[in-house]
Amino acid sequence: MDFGLDKKHEMARSLFREFAENEVKPLAQDVDETEQFPVETVKKMARYGFMGIPIPKQYGGQGCDILTYAMCVEELSKVCGTTGVIVSAHTSLCMDPILTFGTEEQKMKYLPKLASGEWLGAFGLTEPGAGTDAQGQQTKAVLEGDEWVLNGSKCFITNGKYADVYIVIAVTGKVEKRGKMMKEISAFIVEKGTPGFTFGVKEKKMGIRGSATYELIFQDCRIPKDALLGQKGKGFNIAMHTLDGGRIGIAAQALGLAEGALERTVDYVKERKQFGRTLAQFQNTQFQLADMATRCEAAQLLVYKAAKAKETQAQYGVEAAKAKLYAAETAMAVTTKAVQLHGGYGYIREYDVERMMRDAKITEIYEGTSEVQRMVISANLLK
Amino acid sequence: MKVIVCIKQVPDTKGGVVFNPDGTLNRGAMLAIMNPDDKAGLEAALRLKDQFGAEVTVLTMGLPKAKDMLIEALAMGADKAVLVTDRKLGGADTWATSSTIAAAIRKLEYDIIITGRQAIDGDTAQVGPQIAEHLGLPVISYTQELKIEDGYAIIKRQYDDRYHMIKAKLPCLCTALAELNDPRYQTVGRIFDYCDKVEADDKDTISTFSRADLDTLRDEDCGLAGSPTKIAKASDKVRKGAGTKVQFDTPEESVAYLMEQLTTRHVI
Repeated sequence: MDFGLDKKHEMARSLFREFAENEVKPLAQDVDETEQFPVETVKKMARYGFMGIPIPKQYGGQGCDILTYAMCVEELSKVCGTTGVIVSAHTSLCMDPILTFGTEEQKMKYLPKLASGEWLGAFGLTEPGAGTDAQGQQTKAVLEGDEWVLNGSKCFITNGKYADVYIVIAVTGKVEKRGKMMKEISAFIVEKGTPGFTFGVKEKKMGIRGSATYELIFQDCRIPKDALLGQKGKGFNIAMHTLDGGRIGIAAQALGLAEGALERTVDYVKERKQFGRTLAQFQNTQFQLADMATRCEAAQLLVYKAAKAKETQAQYGVEAAKAKLYAAETAMAVTTKAVQLHGGYGYIREYDVERMMRDAKITEIYEGTSEVQRMVISANLLK
Repeated sequence: MKVIVCIKQVPDTKGGVVFNPDGTLNRGAMLAIMNPDDKAGLEAALRLKDQFGAEVTVLTMGLPKAKDMLIEALAMGADKAVLVTDRKLGGADTWATSSTIAAAIRKLEYDIIITGRQAIDGDTAQVGPQIAEHLGLPVISYTQELKIEDGYAIIKRQYDDRYHMIKAKLPCLCTALAELNDPRYQTVGRIFDYCDKVEADDKDTISTFSRADLDTLRDEDCGLAGSPTKIAKASDKVRKGAGTKVQFDTPEESVAYLMEQLTTRHVI
């Protein structure tokens, strides 16, 4: 078992790291303070292929693998959690379901423009009454002639308003399953600008403040019949598959946040002196850093393993769940410890660690809470 | 339009400096980067590709590990790469280096050759102009701006407290300053493509020239033996002395002392 990276992955990582240091890091604090979506950064990332990393070349992508995509999100998140999640949501939550479930026409229509970064993608599943209980969907899609008519709303949608293409999950009817009447749920591709599709509230968040989190509103929104993604009635499966992949992206984001916080802290404790010594010379500091570093490496191994699993296995939900669970809890623990080791300065916004701690919290929640990940992992053990 | 860009893999001094017993650098043992002036030259070439569809060939003389730098150049957008490598060429000074590179360039087609002004390891700034002399081409160094119009290179040359605008008929050679531009990054997909091709030993991706291929190069002009200049001594950075440490009770006293020292020593 070779734990090292080959040359192309090392070179890709160096590219992501250099880009993150030079282009993303200088803006991170400002993006957080102003809550402005980093439009120019997205354009720059698009220029170098970051918006289409794992998409095959025949659909305009870079033709690289999931591991490379995960490393990109990781390196970006080391300096800016907002930028990491923009790439993650666009890639895993929008492009991946089109690639996996789309018709050839849908793939050719959407993937080249999404992979090139000309268009940005998003995913609408969550509703006010349907978070972890995704079956609580209320948004409806009714077939009238050659059109689906959407009515309802989605909330907490990442890349909302800035995205051009949205994968929207909606109820298309009722079906009988195991003697019970259940909702028939389907998936659709909806373009921004479609009449009847508007945006509501922009959320004010604790962290990833530059990430645009919007409400989507559908009022008699008419989309073509062929906007259906995959089979009618398979929307819930499509959503769950999509989230399996999305979890790898978020795990990578959490990993990056943890690693970035650790790096900042190592630099800080070498400089900061109290009682005539640097903080680094105190054994308490050394032991804390050792624990943080070990957790980060363990998280990285889980994330990379999950990425490889998605490349090589038909089912990878358990690996993804373990990676996200561990990386998110690591991010929270490591960033919190990082603030503590910075002392008073850790609480000051000029020092990156407080932002990283605020950014880390959401990784334990979105795309499946840590509780959901535990459900997935234990269900697999106990089946 | 065909552009040749000469690039050099230089030590990344962040990783520390290692010397051979004869005073030359042990490049194989050091972290390496593309020389910054050369990278600017490559970016200038890639802008000619963007504008005119020029074909960009990067060329380097170095160790086999310089292939990594060539992959980086290809991933930035270069079309072809040439590696000039042979033990017999090692230890070369600027004369031997420029003679060797000129011999390699004679086997290629070009409208313009771009080199970096100087490398951060040697700092001589000689190789670019020497290549031009070997090839009988006009050379414009310290290029701050480069345009091509109707078979001419129009170059803004940096010069002390002013600049010169120079128009040179192609083919010519110019040496680039790092300030010439902001080099682009590599593209992810191209990194993968070219790494795969190099691993598969694809000859079309990186052409390799050994000593035997350079038929216009004389033995007395290559390698350590063909170098009129030799390194007398090389050492790591000389460590500064411990300096003078003083301590005062108040910041005001410290500042007053510091100001007096700076004024006395004519620093300010």
